[in-house]
Amino acid sequence: MAFRTLALGVAVLAFGSAAASARDLVVVGWGGAGQAAQEEVFFESFTEQTGIPLQQESWGGGYGIIKAKVGTGDINWDVVQVEADELELGCADGIYEPLDWALIGTEDQFAGGTASECGAGTLTWAFALGWDADVLPEGPETWADMWDTDRFPGKRGLRKGAKGSLEIALLADGVPGEEIYDVLATPEGVERAFAKLDEIKSDVIWWESGAQVLQLLGAGEVVMAAAYDGRLTMAARDENRNFKLSFDGALYATDSWVVLKGTPMKDQAMELVSFMSQADRMAQMPALLPYSVPNSEAMSMLTPEEASLLLTAPENSGNSIPIDTWFWVDNIEALTTRFNAWLAQ
Amino acid sequence: MTGSRTLGIRAFALVLPLILFLALFFVWPLVSIATTAVSDNEVARAFPNLGRVIDEWDGVSPPTPAMQEALVADIRETAQTAMGDAVRRLNTQTSGFRSLFGRTQQAVERAEGAVDLPSIDERWEDPVFWNTIRSALPPYTTRFLLGALDLQRGEAGVEAMPPDQSVHRQVFLRTIGISALVTLFCALIGLPFAMLLAVTTGWVRQVLMAAVLLPMWTSVLVRCMAWLIILQKDGVMAEIIRTLSGLREAVPLLFTRTGVLIAMTHVMLPFMILSIYSVLIAMPKSLMMAAASMGARPLAAFRTVLLPLAMPGIVSGALLVFMTSLGFYILPALLGGGDDQLISSFVANYAIRQANWSLASALGLVLLIVTVAIFALYQRLSDRLARR
Repeated sequence: MAFRTLALGVAVLAFGSAAASARDLVVVGWGGAGQAAQEEVFFESFTEQTGIPLQQESWGGGYGIIKAKVGTGDINWDVVQVEADELELGCADGIYEPLDWALIGTEDQFAGGTASECGAGTLTWAFALGWDADVLPEGPETWADMWDTDRFPGKRGLRKGAKGSLEIALLADGVPGEEIYDVLATPEGVERAFAKLDEIKSDVIWWESGAQVLQLLGAGEVVMAAAYDGRLTMAARDENRNFKLSFDGALYATDSWVVLKGTPMKDQAMELVSFMSQADRMAQMPALLPYSVPNSEAMSMLTPEEASLLLTAPENSGNSIPIDTWFWVDNIEALTTRFNAWLAQ
Repeated sequence: MTGSRTLGIRAFALVLPLILFLALFFVWPLVSIATTAVSDNEVARAFPNLGRVIDEWDGVSPPTPAMQEALVADIRETAQTAMGDAVRRLNTQTSGFRSLFGRTQQAVERAEGAVDLPSIDERWEDPVFWNTIRSALPPYTTRFLLGALDLQRGEAGVEAMPPDQSVHRQVFLRTIGISALVTLFCALIGLPFAMLLAVTTGWVRQVLMAAVLLPMWTSVLVRCMAWLIILQKDGVMAEIIRTLSGLREAVPLLFTRTGVLIAMTHVMLPFMILSIYSVLIAMPKSLMMAAASMGARPLAAFRTVLLPLAMPGIVSGALLVFMTSLGFYILPALLGGGDDQLISSFVANYAIRQANWSLASALGLVLLIVTVAIFALYQRLSDRLARR
C-alpha cells in the first residue's frame, strides 16, 4: 500500500515536472510589424536550423512585469527584448542570466557596450520627428518646429512619459544636444522642460505604443509625432504612405535580448541569443525593419540603399543624441511622478 | 443530539466550498494587498549590519567609519536580488541611489578589506543618502498609504506633498466624477429604453433586447476599437455632428473627456437597462391604466406611480454602473487624453512600469476604502428611503 502510494506520488511528480519542462522556448518581442520582421529573420530560421520550437509573445516594456516573473519563480518567458534601462536595472538586480560571450563569439563586433554582461544588443531605435508629407508638404525640420503651432497647426504626438518628452522639450528650447542631461539634472532644468511642454500641452496627443503612433499619423489625428524611426520608415514603405523623418536631434537607444534568471530552458535560450547575435543574421534585419543594428560587422554587410535609411547613415547621424540610460535609471521615478502630476493638471 | 450534530457538520460541509472560495479569492488577496501597502522590509533585510550602527549617528555630520564599514559588509554579504529590491526602494525616495550603488558595488567587489566610500563617490558624504537608508529601516511604514493621498511625513508631522508631486487625490476625484456622470447618463438613457422594452411585445421586444444584449456579449476591447473608429477625426460621429450643427470645424471627440464618457456609457448601459427592466416587467400593466382612469395625466402617472416603482431597479443599476466604472482602465487609456486617465491607470503604472508594488497596493486599498464608504452611504440612504 505504502509502496503504491509512493509510486503514485513519484509518477505524479515525474509527470508534473515533465509537463513543466514540456513547454516551448518563449521569446518576447515588442509586437507589431517589428516582431513580424524578427519572426522572419530570427525565429523561424532558428527553429528550422536547430529543431527547437519557439513560442512568441509580445509586451510593451515595464520592469515590474519581468521582475514579478523572476521574483515569484513563475518564469514563463525565456528570452526577452528589453530597453536599455530595463537591461541595467535587471542586471544590477540579478534577474537575468549572465551571457557567455565566449560561446556567442561575436563580442568584438558589438560597439559601445551593446555586448554586456546580461544583454546582447539587437537594434538601435530613435525617437525621430516624423510627419505625413501629404498633409505637411513643407515638413518640419527640428523639434522647435513641433512647437510652431502657427506654421504647423494640428495635433502633435509624443510618447506618454517623461523619458524622451523632457529631452525633446529642452532641444526645442534651444539647449544643445550634448548639454541636455546636464540641464535636466538640475531642478531649474526640469522646470524649464515642463515650462516648454506647457506651451503645447493642449496640442499633444500622448501615444503609448509604437503601433499606435503610426495609426495616429496615418489617420491624420496628429500632423507630426516623435516616432520610432524604423517603424515609420517601414510603414511608409509597406503601406505606401508619404511619411517623412527628420533625424535632427533624434534620441536613440539600443534594445537588447536578455535571458530571465531561473528559466528551465536556459541552454536553448542561450542558443537563441547566440543565433540572433551573429553578424550575417543581424544583417538581414534592416532590409525588413529599418533600424540600425549594434553589430558593426552586420552593418558593413548592408547595401548602400539599406544603410541610407538608417540613423547611422552619415547624412542622418549629424546631431542625434544617445539617451542617457543611467540618468533615467536614477531619475525615472521622481520624473514620472512629476510628469503625471503635470499631465493631470 | 448526535443527529443534529451530524446535520450541523453536513450543513457546514455544504458551505465549506463557498468559505474556501471566499478565503482564497477574496480574503487572501485583500490581506496580501493590505500587507504590501504597509510593509517596507526590503532595506532592513539588505542592510542588517548598517541597521545595527546607524542609530548612533546624529544624522547631520559625515558618516562615521563604523557606518561605512557596516555598509561595505552589507554589500559583500547580501544577495544580489535582495540588494536590488532595497536599492529600488531607496531610489523611489531619493533619486540617484541606483547609480551610486552600482558604482559602489563594483568598487567594493574589486577592493579587499576596508573601503573609503567617499573616495568611490562623493555622494556618500551627503547625509541625505544615509538618512534615506535610516528612514527606510523600520519594517512597516505609512509612507505609501500617505503617498496614495498626496501626503508625506515632514518634520512637523504629516503634511501635503508639493503640488508638482501631487496627483493621486485629483485622480481619485476625477475617477469618482467620471463614474458619477456615466451613471447619470446610463440612468437617463436606460430608464426610457427599459420602459420601451417593458411595453413592447413579440419581435419588437426581441429586437430591442438584442440591441442591449449583443453589445454586452462583445468584448470590451472590441467595442473600444469600434469607438476608436467611430470617434476619430473624419469618423461617423464627427460627420453627423458636422452635418447637424452646420459647423465647418470638426469637433474633437477622440482623446477627449467626451469620447471617454460616450464609450463608457455605452459599455455600462446594458447593466442599467436590464436592472430597471427586471423591475418594470414585474409591475402589473394595469397600474398605469388605473392611474389614468383616476385622472392622472401621463407625466403625473409617471412621476407618482412608475418612477417610485422603478426606483429599486434604477438604484441597483446605478450602484452596479458606478462601482464598475470606478475600475475602468482600458477605455480611458485608449480613448482618452492625458488628463482623462482614471486611478487604475496609475495603479498599473506603479505596478508594471516601476515595480513599486507597495504604492500600487496602497492606491488599490484607498480605492477600496472609498468604494466601501460610498456603498455604506448608499445603504444608509436606501434604508432611510425604505423607512419613509
